Amino acid sequence: MSLELNNIGVAYGTKQILSNITTDTIKPGSLIALLGQNGAGKSTFVKSLAGLIPYQGKACLEGMELAKMHQRERLKNIGYVPQTLPQSNSLLAYEVIKSAASAFPQHNQEKVIEEVFERLNIAHLALYPMHKLSGGQRQMISLAQALVRHPKLYLLDEPTSALDLNWQMQVLNTIREEVKSHNAIALLISHDINLALRYCDQVILLHQGNILSIGTPKNSLTTEHLAQAYKVEARIETCSQGHPIVLVDRPI
Amino acid sequence: MNKKNWPLSLLFQPFKKSPNPSDSLANQYRHHVGTRMLFLTLLAVSIVVALLYDLSTGPSSLSYVDLIKGVLSPNSLPMSQQVIIWDIRLPYALMAILVGASLGLAGAEMQTALNNPLASPFTLGVGSAATFGASLAIVFDFSDYGINQTYLLPIFAFSLACLTSLIILGVANSLGGSIQSVLLFGIALMFGLNAMVGVIQFIAEEGELQQIVFWTMGSLARADLEKAAIVSLVLLFCFVISLRHSWSMTILRSGEEQAQSMGINVKRLRLTTLIRVSLVTAVALAFVGEIGFIGLVAPHIARMIIGESHRFFIIASTLCGALLLSLASIVSKGFIPGLVLPIGMVTALVGIPFFIALIYQHQKRNPI
Repeated sequence: MSLELNNIGVAYGTKQILSNITTDTIKPGSLIALLGQNGAGKSTFVKSLAGLIPYQGKACLEGMELAKMHQRERLKNIGYVPQTLPQSNSLLAYEVIKSAASAFPQHNQEKVIEEVFERLNIAHLALYPMHKLSGGQRQMISLAQALVRHPKLYLLDEPTSALDLNWQMQVLNTIREEVKSHNAIALLISHDINLALRYCDQVILLHQGNILSIGTPKNSLTTEHLAQAYKVEARIETCSQGHPIVLVDRPI
Repeated sequence: MNKKNWPLSLLFQPFKKSPNPSDSLANQYRHHVGTRMLFLTLLAVSIVVALLYDLSTGPSSLSYVDLIKGVLSPNSLPMSQQVIIWDIRLPYALMAILVGASLGLAGAEMQTALNNPLASPFTLGVGSAATFGASLAIVFDFSDYGINQTYLLPIFAFSLACLTSLIILGVANSLGGSIQSVLLFGIALMFGLNAMVGVIQFIAEEGELQQIVFWTMGSLARADLEKAAIVSLVLLFCFVISLRHSWSMTILRSGEEQAQSMGINVKRLRLTTLIRVSLVTAVALAFVGEIGFIGLVAPHIARMIIGESHRFFIIASTLCGALLLSLASIVSKGFIPGLVLPIGMVTALVGIPFFIALIYQHQKRNPI
């Protein structure tokens, strides 16, 4: 499953939020970080691909135009994890995942649900009502809602924003494993640049609704780009394990 | 589990104890489903018991044996007792259950659709609109248009309730679908409609005024089997559709964006739900008048017992509504000997302290 984005634009009324988002063909098994300052258009971009808001241009997943997909195809192919946490209510965590799995019934559904709980290490939370879970735990449930359907395109809007360091790494490991083992594609929004650089294969840096740079983490993130996109003076160095790390010195 | 507090502990802690942690999650969940089914069965049995007790209470004494004989084989009893059972007590008791069930269903659907536990057919003005419609039908003579007065009232009540729902939805859409806006607008609309009912009361003649006041107090005294049949058909129709939408409503309960991402058209779901709520509320209230409280409380009790998975929640809220109004019917006959109080008064007077006690118990056991 490859993803092609050609001249994607999104407007709210007369206000153009995104314009001319074009990428080379994104290959299966890619985990792509969407970076940019607040208001750069990251969430709007993934929401438009998820079908929550209309877009102009062409976005094709394995040749199928996303905007023209039927509900069933969309449920099968796209897993969107919104920025907002699932609500605190009396639904059991198991029921939340089960209802998401029922959206596209699969063979061995119970086993698939159980596997997702185990992969995320949250099996002990399964029979708790959502109002008993912390924000971070509810965020895990939100991710599990997408994982349980094994979609081909993951659209993840800050899926680790409410998690501690340990959980952030576990979740990103799980997402990476899922993407690689199922030949899926994931677009991941994050404000934690270093974490994104560590796990993602490519980076798309957005600035004022346009792509500022795109490519491998090493190539696409430069001090100039960071200065323009985030308005910070920063250095890009390499840690002892060979990962690029961004060190921010001061705001500009 | 503390045996001294057994009934309440069981009521509020159905989800706490796992049957066997080594079991698969699916089996553990099945255990919870089993507990829920037990609660639903208990509720259904309680309704049957309440119905029998309601049938047996009244100014003229009838033994249970006579009652059962009168229901199963009417001709075995003298005509006076047949009339008491078939024309007075049975419609009265059945109507209590059907109206309570209708309001319980409407409340559950509305609270989920608007994502607000304070929503009920009354808090958003749908109940007040039904009252306004009924008042119009009472005061203005439309019989010249060839519509039977028996149906005029429910038609007016339903039309106004539906119109109010559509206005609320229209306003919600124009304000970007904000739930708070919906609630605030609904409350404003409720006050506005109540004021209009006041104007109609002001211009009404004595007999009409009496009818309107009687309506606003809520009473089962006007019930008959034909009306009960109409309410039950509408309830059945709405209940089946509600069950068909239980998956979408459960997803919606997780959040609007979650629901949209699963291909649910949230706007359409809300619209169809509010129309259903209007239908079931208006038809139920059309025959008995304003009965508040049930639509607000029944979903809360159901939520505490069963949780919010809609395939159980809807059934539980419907049964809770039926049981509550059936109990209120019993109390209304026994509160002041020889006098049957309007049931709308009883639901508030007896139900609210009961509800506060439930919330208190629930919060004590589940502090958030």
